[in-house]
Amino acid sequence: MPNSTFKDHIIEARLFAGRSIIATIVVLVMLLILALRLAELQLLNHKHFTTKSMDNRVRVEPIPPTRGLIYDRNGILLAQNLPTHSLEITPEQVEDLDQTLSQLGKLMEISKGDLKRFNRLRKQRRRFDSIPIRTRLNEDEAAHFSVNRHRFPGVEIQAKLLRRYPLGEETAHVLGYVGRINEKELKTLDASNYSGTSHVGKNGVEKFYEKELHGEVGTRSVEVNVLGRAIRVLESQPPTPGANLFLSLDIKLQREAINTLGEENGAIVAIDPSNGSILAMVSNPSFDPNLFVSGISTDAYNALQKSPDKPLFNRALRGRYPPGSTTKPFIGLAGLELGRTTTGKKEVCRGFYQLPKLKHKYRDWKKRGHGSVDMEKAIVESCDVYFYDLANKLGIDRIHDFLSRFGFGRKSGIDISGEVTGLLPSQEWKRRARGEQWYTGETLIVGIGQGYFLTTPMELASATATLAAHGQHFPPRIVNAIQFSESEQPEPTVSIHQEQLPIRNIHHWNHIIDAMTKVIDSPRGTAKGIHTDNYKIAGKTGTAQVFTIKQDETYDEDKVAKKMRDHALFIAFAPADKPKIAIAVIVENGGHGSSVAAPIARRIMDHYLLRKER
Amino acid sequence: MIQDRSKTRGPITRMHLDLPLLTGIILLCGLGLVFLYSASGQDSAQIVRQSIRLGAGFVCMLALAQVHPDKLRYWSPSIFILGIILLLAVLIEGQMGKGAQRWLNLGLFRFQPSEILKLALPMMMAWYLARDPLPPSWKKTTLAVTLILLPVVLIAKQPDLGTALLVGTAGLFVLFLAGLKWRLIIGIILVAIPTGWAVWMWGMRDYQRDRVLTFLDPERDPLGTGYHIIQSKIAIGSGGIYGKGWLNGTQSQLEFLPERTTDFIFAVIAEEFGFSGIIILLSLYLFIILRGLYIAARGQDTYSRLLAGALIMVFFVYLFVNTGMVTGMLPVVGVPLPLVSYGGTSLVTILSGFGILMSIHTNRKLMQS
Repeated sequence: MPNSTFKDHIIEARLFAGRSIIATIVVLVMLLILALRLAELQLLNHKHFTTKSMDNRVRVEPIPPTRGLIYDRNGILLAQNLPTHSLEITPEQVEDLDQTLSQLGKLMEISKGDLKRFNRLRKQRRRFDSIPIRTRLNEDEAAHFSVNRHRFPGVEIQAKLLRRYPLGEETAHVLGYVGRINEKELKTLDASNYSGTSHVGKNGVEKFYEKELHGEVGTRSVEVNVLGRAIRVLESQPPTPGANLFLSLDIKLQREAINTLGEENGAIVAIDPSNGSILAMVSNPSFDPNLFVSGISTDAYNALQKSPDKPLFNRALRGRYPPGSTTKPFIGLAGLELGRTTTGKKEVCRGFYQLPKLKHKYRDWKKRGHGSVDMEKAIVESCDVYFYDLANKLGIDRIHDFLSRFGFGRKSGIDISGEVTGLLPSQEWKRRARGEQWYTGETLIVGIGQGYFLTTPMELASATATLAAHGQHFPPRIVNAIQFSESEQPEPTVSIHQEQLPIRNIHHWNHIIDAMTKVIDSPRGTAKGIHTDNYKIAGKTGTAQVFTIKQDETYDEDKVAKKMRDHALFIAFAPADKPKIAIAVIVENGGHGSSVAAPIARRIMDHYLLRKER
Repeated sequence: MIQDRSKTRGPITRMHLDLPLLTGIILLCGLGLVFLYSASGQDSAQIVRQSIRLGAGFVCMLALAQVHPDKLRYWSPSIFILGIILLLAVLIEGQMGKGAQRWLNLGLFRFQPSEILKLALPMMMAWYLARDPLPPSWKKTTLAVTLILLPVVLIAKQPDLGTALLVGTAGLFVLFLAGLKWRLIIGIILVAIPTGWAVWMWGMRDYQRDRVLTFLDPERDPLGTGYHIIQSKIAIGSGGIYGKGWLNGTQSQLEFLPERTTDFIFAVIAEEFGFSGIIILLSLYLFIILRGLYIAARGQDTYSRLLAGALIMVFFVYLFVNTGMVTGMLPVVGVPLPLVSYGGTSLVTILSGFGILMSIHTNRKLMQS
């Protein structure tokens, strides 16, 4: 037994030695495999995993640029960015949320709506994100909270820049406004450049110059942990702020124009004929654009939308009115330039006009007629019969072609969003739009700016400026210069598409302009009431019918309801020999151009020309 | 020789400790604390808790080193039976309390009975196989396999797949070291492969196959278990040759890596110390394993050799299964990185195992002299 156990002992020891050598080999081989695997991960694929590791920990956050400012021609601020304060809570840092909320409620008003929004956002966001409990704190509330801040860990005041239009209503129709980006806009905007931006220009200058005003987004690379919490900023590229705009608008002139219109609904556009830049653009009534920036309430919006005076409607750019007799200088010039009449040729006005073989009487505003009338008298006294006849001689298509050169019925290309065109009819237009042929009678009334003929105040002012500049046509512009960075000088915007209208005989132009000065200066002129010795005005009154009077019926202003009354129009430029300002005034339901619209134009021109000379 | 040996008998040997093994273990545990400090996000409280556990582990190691292998052998069957009873107790309590139950609450501290089996099963196997001449007969082998399956099935039912795997391999290693016939080993493999294939083809529904596939290749499920592996591979791979530096691992410090103090601490080490650091760490492990195998080979009797060999191989399996999982080579099973991962139970068991190893080594010398 001892022998066999001893023998067994040796055999077993050997057996074990063999097996433990195999075990050792297995250990070594498997550790080698492990080492190879680690080499594969750490040496071979190191770059790949480094990239993945960076993707994990680095989050790129946008830094929104500050929106460019807008100034008037004299450097008066029209659109700025003001900090607004909101109160935000970081739930993670608050021990007892309910108590904090009730304590805050004692400090300032917290509405049910505020709480509702807070609770909704709290579910969506992460615990370390701050959530607004109150927005738009006033100064008192902000100060009140600041004093008590120590009592509210995890509650902070956050400042955010919000667009502000200090002049409010005065500039609303020119600048437009910015508002929250909606879903439709989200699809068209450059997603990366707008990644940190909440507002976008909705109309007006704000919309047209959105690209310039917005600027370029900056980025900040932030190290984040697995929950997305920012640990530290790794690097940042500052945003490029939006460009500042310098408008040609003269805010003092704008204010004067608004004041002269007073309570009347209407529009005024004043243009510098030497370059097409807009000096004033008024649409009355107006609205407070600031309401739209932070989100207008449904009630306030409905009130604006449903008001019969349509304050949201931009009459200057989108209102389409019959130009009435303000058309006459252009028709007259067409007659002269196209050789259908001469300066000296006389017609007889008996108070009405009849087409051959037709009974219908096309009436003159003066029942008894103007008697013997030449071009000058026809413009000065605004004889309708003379222009019925001349329009008939020209035909609608020649009228169309000639007047469209002045911009009638065409997009002016103005740098304000929302422009619509008027309507300058032609045979082709009527076929296309109405599917009907053109009647000669329709030509006649286009000759006095009625019928199908519609213009916007912007078109009318631009055409007047073109006439004043002897056919030099500049598309109207509102932005004078763009300042791309604070350190740079503003760069003037160059007016492209400037064109010179063909002139057959410069005397024709002078003759028409002379006649327009006599509208004011002649004792028989329709606008003699605004005569001034300070400078020479060339102008033309107009009265646009809102509804048609039946044959043999007279129009009695006092008996017609205000909204059925004629629109009063006036176009003018001054000084007549060296025009500095061209102007179009439309007073809705104002009655006569001579009595209502012309004095308004005079006050604006006084303000512009006399103040400047002083 | 005898004089030399008595001269070198310093306090270490007198305490029945093995100096090379002890050095390796202390070095590894010390480094483990350094790694843990970073992986825990510099949480001193965790370091303190882990140090206390280490202390407890070292006390167990020291205590077991004093127990003579003969005594250990004598008590082996009783300890094994006690372990099985405790496993049953846990299982029954778990079924009454609904849900998984691994812990047994002993008032002062809680412990997992399955941990006992990591030591008790190899002890029992060694005791059983050493009773007769090796290699074991067919009959003995069959009975031994039954001995292995008993605790493995009970632990797997808890369910604790990782521990079941480790306990099972511990038993198998005893069988292997006892000279299990190659014919049998090859035979088992030859039967296992077609059986597995048959089960896969006909014995499983689609969703079950899907689960198996996800288990084998976690990256099929990038939001579930795959997330761990993906983040772990990123951590290891981005470490490169020299690593991102201690406390500078972004995957771990920014918490992208889950379970970074426990099962996935290896990825933290690989990220912060790179390939070079990992090679040094693996060398330290290799040193401990080789020393363990040496101790086993020099064992006094069959029982000692089988037990020592199995214990050190289980230590290796710990290491390989954990690193294999973290590097995405093996399925995800909850096995900690031995002596480094945060957590008490396995730490105490492993150190106790080393205590047994030391006892085997030091008592041999005493007996010879």
